[in-house]
Amino acid sequence: MPVLWLFILVLALGLIGFVLGRARALKDAQGDIRLLHSLPSYYGSNVLLATLIPGFAVLVLWLIVQPMVIHGQVAGMIPERGLTDYGSLNLAMSDVRRVADGLDIAVEQGALSAEQARDIRTEFTDIRGRLGEVGVALGSNVQPYVLQAAQTYRTMNATGHWLMTGAVLAAAIAGFAVAFLRTGKDLRARNSVERVILMLLLSAASIAILTTVGIVLSLIFNTIEFFKLYPATDFFFGTTWAPSFGGGSELGILPLFWGTFYVSLIALVVAVPIGLFAAVYLSEYAGPKVRAIAKPLLEVLAGIPTIVYGLFALLTVGPLLMSVFGDGGLGWMQGGRSVMTAGLVMGVMLIPFVSSLSDDIINAVPQAMRDGSLGLGATKSETVKQVVLPAALPGIVGAILLAASRAIGETMIVVLGAGAAAKLNMNPFEAMTTVTTRIVSQLTGDADFSSPEALVAFALGMTLFVITLGLNIVALVIVRKYREQYD
Amino acid sequence: MSDFTADNGPAKAAGKSSLFTQTARTKRRNAAETRFKVYGIGAIALGLFFLVALLFSIITNGIPAFKQTFVTIPVELTEAKLDKNGNRDPADLAKVTTFGYKPLVTNALVAALKEQGIEIPFAKEKDVEDILSSSVAAQVRDTVLANPDLIGQTVDFRLLASSRVDGYFKGRVTRDSLARDKNLDAEHLDVADAMVKAGLMKTSFNPAFIFGSDASESRPEQAGIGVSMVGSFFMMMVVLVLSLPIGVAASIYLEEFAPQNKWTDLIEVNISNLAAVPSIVFGILGLAVFIQFAHLPMSAPLVGGLVLTLMTLPTIIISTRASLKAVPPSIRDAALGVGASKMQSVFHHVLPLAMPGILTGTIIGLAQALGETAPLLLIGMVGFIASNMPDGIAAGFLSPNSAMPAQIYEWAKRADPAYYERAWGGIIILLLFLMTMNIIAVILRRRFERRW
Repeated sequence: MPVLWLFILVLALGLIGFVLGRARALKDAQGDIRLLHSLPSYYGSNVLLATLIPGFAVLVLWLIVQPMVIHGQVAGMIPERGLTDYGSLNLAMSDVRRVADGLDIAVEQGALSAEQARDIRTEFTDIRGRLGEVGVALGSNVQPYVLQAAQTYRTMNATGHWLMTGAVLAAAIAGFAVAFLRTGKDLRARNSVERVILMLLLSAASIAILTTVGIVLSLIFNTIEFFKLYPATDFFFGTTWAPSFGGGSELGILPLFWGTFYVSLIALVVAVPIGLFAAVYLSEYAGPKVRAIAKPLLEVLAGIPTIVYGLFALLTVGPLLMSVFGDGGLGWMQGGRSVMTAGLVMGVMLIPFVSSLSDDIINAVPQAMRDGSLGLGATKSETVKQVVLPAALPGIVGAILLAASRAIGETMIVVLGAGAAAKLNMNPFEAMTTVTTRIVSQLTGDADFSSPEALVAFALGMTLFVITLGLNIVALVIVRKYREQYD
Repeated sequence: MSDFTADNGPAKAAGKSSLFTQTARTKRRNAAETRFKVYGIGAIALGLFFLVALLFSIITNGIPAFKQTFVTIPVELTEAKLDKNGNRDPADLAKVTTFGYKPLVTNALVAALKEQGIEIPFAKEKDVEDILSSSVAAQVRDTVLANPDLIGQTVDFRLLASSRVDGYFKGRVTRDSLARDKNLDAEHLDVADAMVKAGLMKTSFNPAFIFGSDASESRPEQAGIGVSMVGSFFMMMVVLVLSLPIGVAASIYLEEFAPQNKWTDLIEVNISNLAAVPSIVFGILGLAVFIQFAHLPMSAPLVGGLVLTLMTLPTIIISTRASLKAVPPSIRDAALGVGASKMQSVFHHVLPLAMPGILTGTIIGLAQALGETAPLLLIGMVGFIASNMPDGIAAGFLSPNSAMPAQIYEWAKRADPAYYERAWGGIIILLLFLMTMNIIAVILRRRFERRW
């Protein structure tokens, strides 16, 4: 693994730099540490950082840029015919890569010599057969242009690799030399080291921004791609969801929206009253002992992974509801998976979410308001209903909105509990499907992102992202405003 | 009130109202008070009831997965069948497929039954082999290939019973339900009952469920969660190695150094939003960026780890900031006062004091990541059979594997109810891991947390 070796090499260079830089500074001060501007180890660290940072920066940049450049070059070698053979450039390129990898493996195992791998032609050799012998299975016979592209790919990769090694080492050594030569007793080593560390801290903090940008970009590009293939109005206002990978799909989002909304509604109807009453009781009535036991126990519900709730919905709640509302009972339910199943279980999951958020908010209401109300002769419940809750209302609304955004984005419970049929139906005992369920089913196990049926998942993800983001921002603004009111 | 009036004895109604006889209105108000309180208690009781119901259904459904029905019979490893040349050449031995071993096992079963005097109620004696798992021939073959000296001897084997027989002893399968099942007949169960009586068949603890690998859809009795546990382990390593340093660095910057400007605000807003983005969106991100764009391998624990890192970062940053904030400013002032730089005061004094809190937050973040499923579905950690342990550390990160929650989901999707039992069992193991992590976090907090 040459990249690993390069990495270790640069690291070793840096460590040597640390030792030498420290020694040089001490020598310059004739061993008298008081003459140094900074502590000796800062001189070492200065050289270390000056070696590692340019080295690793070049390495990372190269690893990102090289595949793009090679991809661009090799893609140019695939003739028009290749596009019709494969259907799309991406598929052709993945075959090129597979052949190139196969040649690599063949050379590694000794089935082909390096020259053979470079020069063989499909006209003379059965490439597919020979690669098959070393365990690389190819779907069809290798086209001449694919083989040529693969060979170019290999040579460019190899050259790129050598260039990279050279460039990385050059950058590291240059940094090493500059920092080492500058090392002397008057160098403000600590200041420069601390400046670099501060930059590192800043870049670590900026990863959050990078992640958001990554999410938005990956959603937007694929969504645009999707809307090129499928009209946006049909997507947003279509009332039928019927994807078929053979083509002629109808991809209207409305039934999915309805399913998502219905499940979330039931979940909130379960979670909000229970959570709210629990929060009121815990913060206004319960003694410290009850609180110390009940609160963590309720929060255990929030720590249980959603897959567990999903299984609970599928295998326990579903059959239970079936026995009451199914064919044997009231006859409203066709199967264990339904909006009600998923909604109930999701409601249980959201109870601690609502209760601990509201608990915090109720606790933030100043005691003076309660005392005033009690002093006027109101009972405790009247105080809660007429003073505390109205005062906490904005915060509680915020908490409910956050819970709603959780419910909308929840995946595992609905994947296992809600069913797969996209319907616009009022009966909560029917199976319906949600946005998240469809994202999973459209993207699972399929690496081909060129059909509208797969790309629609990105458009669904985009919609989901925008809705939850909107809910979160509104909720946070409400909560923040409310907190400021009593601070 | 009562203190004041207690000395006066029972008070007489003075005027129209008295503190001692409640008016209708007071009664109503007091009743409302009691009602309200009962609602509160009811809500908490309901919440706890759900918790108990959840745990009860996990435990009752999952415990059977740890036990499995085994058949112990002597199998004669005939030399004429397994090694025709008699030279114990591994290449020759490997040529005999499981089909060559199957008759040996079947004959051994028939012989053992006859020896115990158990009647075989089938026209063809061979049909009794359905009692055994279809994996037994492979099991015997693996043993022989590992130890060719056994050929020619009669060896006692502990073989898996088929999942239907196993389900019968666990109460999942009944004679009635077998009427519609073409894998097993009710007569097989009679034989199985007799075998239990004769001591040939026993239901006992099955370590293969915890340490073994997944099996194909038709052999639930063979499936185990071990390989996906290894996958989860490698994923958690990636999450730990990336999210701890990055999260701590980001929090130090935001809490100690960040100036009040637009960029800092942008970072803060992004972190609080990322904490609330649905996990499936992170899966889409992973699919588009790591697989579609960077061409990292599908289903690799490395990719799963990267996605989960991005997901847990906000959690770790939020808790780390809280514990940095809890270190009193006097510590910083003292360090600065004796001449430390700002950076030194943070790294030498504030950070070590905040470490217990940071570790607690990290462990809780890891526990969250360990149970997360949705993003893993999108980067391809389901839909295949995680049957091989990765052979080496690089392969552990890069070769396709499953993860515990993804494996549980996979089992829950399979049609055979025997897999449901495995899914519940898998959940018990997953929850044990989560519980251990949370307990460690609590202990860390109790032990090292300082009150200022």
